[in-house]
Amino acid sequence: MKDIVKEFSGVRALDGVSLDVTRGEVHGICGENGAGKSTLMKVLSGVYPHGHFDGEIEFDGKPATFGSINDSEASGIVIIHQELALSPYLSIAENIFLGNERATRGIVDWHETNLQAKTLLDRVGLKDKVTTPVLQLGVGKQQLVEIAKALSKDVKLLILDEPTAALNDEDSAHLLNLIRGLRDEGITSIIISHKLAEIRAISDRITVIRDGHTVDDFTMKDKDNSESRLIKSMVGRPLDNLFPPRTKNIGEEIFRVENWNAYHPVDTGRKVVNDASFFVRAGEIVGFAGLMGAGRTELAMSIFGRQYGTKITGTLYRNGEKIQARTVQEAISNGLAYVTEDRKRYGLNLITSIAANVTGANLNDVSSMGVIDLHKEVEVAEEYRTALNIKTDAVTRFVGTLSGGNQQKVVLAKWLNTTPDVLILDEPTRGVDVGAKYEIYGIINDLAAQGKAIVVISSELPELLGLSDRIYTISEGRITGDVPREEATQEQLMKLMTVGEN
Amino acid sequence: MSEAPTLTETPKKRQTLNINARDYALLGALIAIIGFFQWSTGGKLLLPANVNNLISQNAYVVILAIGMVMVIIAGHIDLSVGSLVAMIGAVAAIAMKTWDQPVWVAILLALALGAAVGAWQGFWVAFVRVPAFIVTLSGMLVFRGLAIVFLTGGTIGGLPNSYVSIGARWVPAWMGKANELDVLTLVIGVVAVVGYVVSQLAAHNKLKSRGLLAESAPVFYTKTALVVAAIMYFSYLLAQHNGTPYVLILLGVLVLAYTFVLNRTVFGRHIYAMGGNRFAAMMSGVKTKWVDFFIFVNIGTLAAVAAIVTTARAGSAVSSAGNFYELDAIASVFIGGAAVQGGVGKVSGAVIGALVMGVLNQGLSIMSVDSAWQQVVKGLVLLAAVAFDVVNRRRSGSA
Repeated sequence: MKDIVKEFSGVRALDGVSLDVTRGEVHGICGENGAGKSTLMKVLSGVYPHGHFDGEIEFDGKPATFGSINDSEASGIVIIHQELALSPYLSIAENIFLGNERATRGIVDWHETNLQAKTLLDRVGLKDKVTTPVLQLGVGKQQLVEIAKALSKDVKLLILDEPTAALNDEDSAHLLNLIRGLRDEGITSIIISHKLAEIRAISDRITVIRDGHTVDDFTMKDKDNSESRLIKSMVGRPLDNLFPPRTKNIGEEIFRVENWNAYHPVDTGRKVVNDASFFVRAGEIVGFAGLMGAGRTELAMSIFGRQYGTKITGTLYRNGEKIQARTVQEAISNGLAYVTEDRKRYGLNLITSIAANVTGANLNDVSSMGVIDLHKEVEVAEEYRTALNIKTDAVTRFVGTLSGGNQQKVVLAKWLNTTPDVLILDEPTRGVDVGAKYEIYGIINDLAAQGKAIVVISSELPELLGLSDRIYTISEGRITGDVPREEATQEQLMKLMTVGEN
Repeated sequence: MSEAPTLTETPKKRQTLNINARDYALLGALIAIIGFFQWSTGGKLLLPANVNNLISQNAYVVILAIGMVMVIIAGHIDLSVGSLVAMIGAVAAIAMKTWDQPVWVAILLALALGAAVGAWQGFWVAFVRVPAFIVTLSGMLVFRGLAIVFLTGGTIGGLPNSYVSIGARWVPAWMGKANELDVLTLVIGVVAVVGYVVSQLAAHNKLKSRGLLAESAPVFYTKTALVVAAIMYFSYLLAQHNGTPYVLILLGVLVLAYTFVLNRTVFGRHIYAMGGNRFAAMMSGVKTKWVDFFIFVNIGTLAAVAAIVTTARAGSAVSSAGNFYELDAIASVFIGGAAVQGGVGKVSGAVIGALVMGVLNQGLSIMSVDSAWQQVVKGLVLLAAVAFDVVNRRRSGSA
């Protein structure tokens, strides 16, 4: 792949990335969240068809112009996404040959299907019966079914996006061994992973992508193949002056969480938040750094009205006194506010007005005896429109018509309108352009200056370093570090974020 | 970079325009349908007696559509209201004829039963999380069955006079008649016109003074003038017949009350918030389960009102009453612009949708079209209305 450029509505996700994979190797790709790894793989596998990006792809010595995933699969490129794409109620065999049925004239030959599926399962080392419904398998085994499915299509290049993210150590080890075995059979693999130790163990060669550029490329035979080289390449960008200046005024502790635990709502044996304790002071901005799936959002949502998880235990303190936040209403009345990540899914009602969204979490403020004062509502919304500089010609506009940055300001306004002491902001600048980011940072600084305690959860380390007074790192549901801003470096945080159980 | 870069964004005007355009298109369609039947029936559709029948025969559609629009905005559906009308009508009739209870007791009993049945269905939907489609499909069977059981397959007729007047009589002409016209009906028409104009003007001016999105003056005045003309013509027609049906007063009160509930109350806002984005509503502290529950209590109660109106008009309770009423109500709501995914819908839209259904019923009956063909026509109109909506939304990019 050469000089790949891919833009999303003006934002360059890939800006001249080149990737060179040799036949028969395992090639690791590293990079921070949002560096462009997954986008690159989608370009390679035809999810973004030829013509929707710039640059050239060459496969097997021939230029490749894939119009769809079907085209790339026909040439032997198969991608296995982070979210597995199996149909849960169908059997293993049915899933393996889904869309590629062993059939003549539309009649499926089940004998042939099951027989071939069995052979494939033997190759990937899965001992379950081919007639087992996929939903009865754990994530690790489902991953193997995906690989078996890929093998059924005569795969030449296998792309795995975060294959071990949801696996335990045993399943991970099995998967990595399998990939080595496939390499020996001549199948090339590309692996994207956040787990640095793992990627160094399996790869013959590693490419590092940052901000849509290829920044490093080395083989494990090179002299310097250390983890520190990897980390330096991943985060090496200098901190631009992207953050408005701020005068600190940190007061007493306002909010404290002690020994917080939460289990996965469906897979109730899995501990997602593991004995987490932290605190925030008035006027302080505290960052939470963690890789995707580390449990950052789960921690926040389990605290805020127990909106995530089961078997939640732990204690919350506000101004030194024990409080409860078992429901969202209770959390709000105790001065907590949680600005959700993914505003379109969790934060906003896009098909109603800005005003209705702004007052949505505190309708009591603009109503008496259950009747809303629509004029007061508009006035409140107007205040926030001015204060947060929400760019619209009227607050009666639907939120869906606003840009990402302005939508984010509406979510912020909604939660500021509950007059909280503690604001938890989950990915407050995701999908927001640079200008609006700067504005949102300014708003966050102002709120801290007013004496509110702020928790910022973010995947972007530079953002956390630019904003926070203190940074907690979280890995596999556990808080692994509490680093003052003055002492924090990206390398050190990255190390704490990738600490494993062992 | 020391200062915030300025962003130049102009929010799109299209969406709001489209929403208004949709309202006008709906009204336009209603007028076109009325025009068509007026022509095809040789002017019979708008004869005073027929207009009177149009209201009293289709009152149940309006009443049920009001409850249904709330259910549908919240993202549910209710298939049981037709059967519920039959069952509650049966119980009310039994209360009066078998148990010799006064009319007001029968009415209260019917309303309480409606609320209780609504609470039953609401419980399963809200707290056990059985999809409303299933819960109310079950209700459709259960209540129809119970109606037949209660009436032992027959009919209870001869309902008291005061009860029957709810569905089939008129407010007495105590203001007398002028030129054969019922003065009271004309006065009600004038009051409605004045109320409409005053409230519209106030809202329009307030919007304008705040610089919010108001309609342009010509559009606003044309619309107001048309509505005024329609109301006056309508009350003129009724005044020529027997005056104002009681049921019309009931409809007026319900429409105003529920418009207020949906537009102005916290409860109404929560319904829209839930339908638009259930998860965001939960994360904002909306008690989604209780909102779901009360939506069903509400439609149960409204089904009781529809049952009273229906049995009163017929003068008897029959176990086959209310057949397909749920489909009329659902169709009205969707013709009135509600979205299948929830979050969108208006009482006014549902009422206009109900009028479209009513005019179709009435017009086709006057043309003595076979009832089988009436169903075919209504089905196709529903499909056309929603298809128009879906395509329209897709084009405006808001689907």
